[in-house]
Amino acid sequence: MSLKSWMKGEPVAVETPDQQRDAAPAEGTTIDAGAPSRTLWGDALARLRRNRLAIMAVIWIVFIVLVALTADLWVPQTLGGPTAQLYDARLPMSAAHPFGTDQVGRDVLSRVVYGARISLAVGLLATAISTLIGLVMGAVAAYYGGFWDTVIMRLADVFLAFPYILFVIVMLAVLGSGIQNVFIAIGVLGWPSIARVFRSAILSVKENDYVDAARSMGASDARIIMRHIFPNSVASIVVYSTMNIGGAILTEAALSFLGMGVVPPDPSWGILIEDGQKFIATQPWLMIMPGLAILLTVLAFTLLGDGLRDALDVKMKDA
Amino acid sequence: MGQDRHEGTQPLLKVEHLTKEFPVEGGVISAHRKGSKKVHAVEDVSFEIYPGETFGLVGESGCGKSTTGRSIMRLTTPTSGTVIFDGKDVSTMSRAEFKSMHRDMQYIFQDPYASLNPRMTIGEIVSEPLTIHNVMPDAAERTAFVRELLDVVGLNPEHINRYPHEFSGGQRQRVGIARAFALRPKLIICDEPVSALDVSIQAQVLNLLSDLQREFGTAYLFIAHDLSVVQHISDRVAVMYLGHLMEHSDWKSLYTEPHHPYTQSLLSAVPVPDPDIQHARKRIILAGDVPSPIDPPSGCPFHTRCPIAQGRCSSEVPTLRKVLPGHYCACHFAEKNPIKESSIRL
Repeated sequence: MSLKSWMKGEPVAVETPDQQRDAAPAEGTTIDAGAPSRTLWGDALARLRRNRLAIMAVIWIVFIVLVALTADLWVPQTLGGPTAQLYDARLPMSAAHPFGTDQVGRDVLSRVVYGARISLAVGLLATAISTLIGLVMGAVAAYYGGFWDTVIMRLADVFLAFPYILFVIVMLAVLGSGIQNVFIAIGVLGWPSIARVFRSAILSVKENDYVDAARSMGASDARIIMRHIFPNSVASIVVYSTMNIGGAILTEAALSFLGMGVVPPDPSWGILIEDGQKFIATQPWLMIMPGLAILLTVLAFTLLGDGLRDALDVKMKDA
Repeated sequence: MGQDRHEGTQPLLKVEHLTKEFPVEGGVISAHRKGSKKVHAVEDVSFEIYPGETFGLVGESGCGKSTTGRSIMRLTTPTSGTVIFDGKDVSTMSRAEFKSMHRDMQYIFQDPYASLNPRMTIGEIVSEPLTIHNVMPDAAERTAFVRELLDVVGLNPEHINRYPHEFSGGQRQRVGIARAFALRPKLIICDEPVSALDVSIQAQVLNLLSDLQREFGTAYLFIAHDLSVVQHISDRVAVMYLGHLMEHSDWKSLYTEPHHPYTQSLLSAVPVPDPDIQHARKRIILAGDVPSPIDPPSGCPFHTRCPIAQGRCSSEVPTLRKVLPGHYCACHFAEKNPIKESSIRL
């Protein structure tokens, strides 16, 4: 069987091209016939750009990440370091100290900026850990099914049966507090919900005829997973994980607030709130400023997640 | 069974006593219990397909015709029975033979929306079989080939980089047809390829399929629930009911001299363009519903709705037997069947 030879044969007799091509044009055919090749992620990016809230969220996230990364270059020289007790205690907001100073004379802005490092690191790393575990667990459960599905999903049920924050506190009590244990505790305990989301995404994708079509062409398992199942189920994980970053930041703040997370005098947003709450009546900025930082950052990740969900849906119209 | 006009030809596909049962999903405990309930989707189905011909498989929804197609393609493993493709038993094939079988046998799906990966361009979709079997490793050559293929099935080759959601149902089905033909298979299983399309587009797609068949000599197993669609395209037709083959023969004999009361009732529902003939015909309206395949009737599966059923029908399963040359029918009373006026004059 030579494929070249059959194409060289006489062209197949068909009716006039106009009759052959179905009359009803598909939506989205407004693009010129010779439109350049567009990639899936390129399309998604273009759709994301049109979402104003998501763009504002991206700007905020980029801003806060840049501020945190460059802190060493400007904070110590102008404001004093995050732990240096250089000033009078509890100064109000001023040009020299935009966020005021705290009860032992540390500049609150520098503490919020350094706190961003820890809070963002916890959010990103812990989410990376839970996503990695969740992806593997969800994929194994959904693709192999049967025994492994039962084992993994019942295990996830056990994890989800305990109140999450209590579970994290118990784990920290075992591991001891400290920043790397916070990553581990939040990350490891976060996998069940990601595994569930990914499992259900795979299960629904697996039932599609295009998976059977690939199988009927003789595609290998690896090809079916990588080319067909994964690209069609990963969008939900991208969305879920993005939102999960905000959740992890909140969890870290709650732990630090409860004295289980980051050890003072290192700052994290949760510790700053815990420090500031004693003075809420007299110096409310001590609590409001780190609180605002948490609020805006968590909101930004949630809005970005929302925007990604719309952007990654290929069926959305390009209107 | 040896169709007379195929005497001496080696069949391309030989299905023997194919049976597929699905366990009824119960609780964790009951599903593993012995003797739990099963859906009898396909029961002891045997037929042959010869190179280059179209074998139509007709039946109501849920009668097991798609399951038959999927079992042949090995998208699902049959409970028992053998499928012999190109002289080789599919169940005993080596890995390499199995992969090469997937080159020679392709599948066209019913739903043109679910059968194309939404994240691949139609160019990637149509070239996927080439990639899998490593035919035409040269990218430029492959692209040129895919563009020609798109043109052959009546799509604009300039649309090669578009995504499936940018096309209409009929256009998508053409993409599926291009994909199925990419490796120039010997057999294509068409699983209701037009039933999801508008009537006007159905005719176009059916014409395309028969043009391609004439050009490339591909055999079709054409599954449909509509006798008039099958009539268009088939050389031989089999009628299925509740997992059983009730009657099969070359299409002309089936349409002019149906012997099975079920085939007759199906034919009586096909409209005839001539109003005089249409008025003169008698419709056979079956009473009741199709029995559940979980608990099929004893004896002949059709006896609960058959207008000519007698006592024997509920106890004795009729087997397919020759009633005319090349015409087989599974009815105890095929020859003595009193209802004949339903036949279509073609």
